[in-house]
Amino acid sequence: MPKTIVQEFTKGLWEEVPPFKLVLGLCPVLGVTTSMENGLGMGIATTFVLFGSNFLVSLLRSIIPQKVRIACFIIIIASFVTIVELLMQAYAYPLYLKLGVFIPLIVVNCIVLGRAEAFAYKNKVSYSIADGLGIGIGFTMSLGALGAVRELLGNGSVTLWGDMSYNLLSTFPSYQPFSFMVQAPGAFICLGLMLCLINAVGD
Amino acid sequence: MGYFELIIACIFVNNILLAQFLGQCPFMGTSKKMETAVGMAMAVIFVLVMAGTITWLIYTYVLVEFNLVYLRTIAFIVVIASLVQFVEMFLKKSIPALYAGLGIFLPLITTNCAVMGVCVLNIDKEYTFLQSLVASLFYAIGFGLALILFAGLRERILLARVPKPLQDTSIALITAGMISLSFFAFQGMV
Repeated sequence: MPKTIVQEFTKGLWEEVPPFKLVLGLCPVLGVTTSMENGLGMGIATTFVLFGSNFLVSLLRSIIPQKVRIACFIIIIASFVTIVELLMQAYAYPLYLKLGVFIPLIVVNCIVLGRAEAFAYKNKVSYSIADGLGIGIGFTMSLGALGAVRELLGNGSVTLWGDMSYNLLSTFPSYQPFSFMVQAPGAFICLGLMLCLINAVGD
Repeated sequence: MGYFELIIACIFVNNILLAQFLGQCPFMGTSKKMETAVGMAMAVIFVLVMAGTITWLIYTYVLVEFNLVYLRTIAFIVVIASLVQFVEMFLKKSIPALYAGLGIFLPLITTNCAVMGVCVLNIDKEYTFLQSLVASLFYAIGFGLALILFAGLRERILLARVPKPLQDTSIALITAGMISLSFFAFQGMV
């Protein structure tokens, strides 16, 4: 049964939400989620690239030859990544420095290439945009959630917006910050446990 | 930094899979069987050394020279994709045995962010040509080491009774966290 545009959009938010349901693009998920702000920033950058590449791939789908389609997709994606890099250097330089190598690496993020190949190359422009935005927003939410959990457990507080922050110590005065969570091994274990939780809830 | 420190840093301290989180897709995807893990590790070592040095040369002698540094991302991915294609054709014609071994893993390397990541890191850290060569080789060896260790553990996990929600990726991630923890102990060495 063909889905409506709204369904294509909302499937990215839960049914196929990366990286939990669609285990792809784990590098930025593990690498940048030391805080909620970094996670959301990375998510928004990826969403922009997904939106742009899905739009352009879908628009050009009758022109792109079947045999060299992957190369074409990669060039389109790389162009949007370059746009994001330049925009972030101009308007969000501190965040750009924090995310570092992961911004150019959006090019090789399997989610972006996967959506171009599996969806945008076969569907209408409006549907592809809905798909790209849905998956992108789902990805941003996942990164934000993982970042928030790690920051909260690791530092004992989480920065919500600007100077606003929530301090766990105000609710549980005896809580000891667990710095393991914001370091490398904590990323794997925290994501593994969240995946387990989502599987358990899903059943 | 001397070469010895660089080598230790690349293999253990800044291990590409467990400390820098690059190349997670093949890490999770090809580690279910020892054979595939070994194949992937070999293919990465082979391609990464070539990609690391070629992108360094292109960046230094073409992009910087002509003031085109902003094209870095596009240039690198094109170089890596065509390099992989070229290596594949070359091996098919001249060393069929090696081609049969690496076969399906070669095309996958184009979207392996460990390759692209190391190329970008070599530039960001302002390594010289020789340092880039050494770093690329030993990052790749670190990748292989972690992947093969992980594959060995995952083969063991297959025999264990894992609770249903934890199965597959979830338990794999937690195991990876444990290995990462042991690599974390190298932190003070360099």
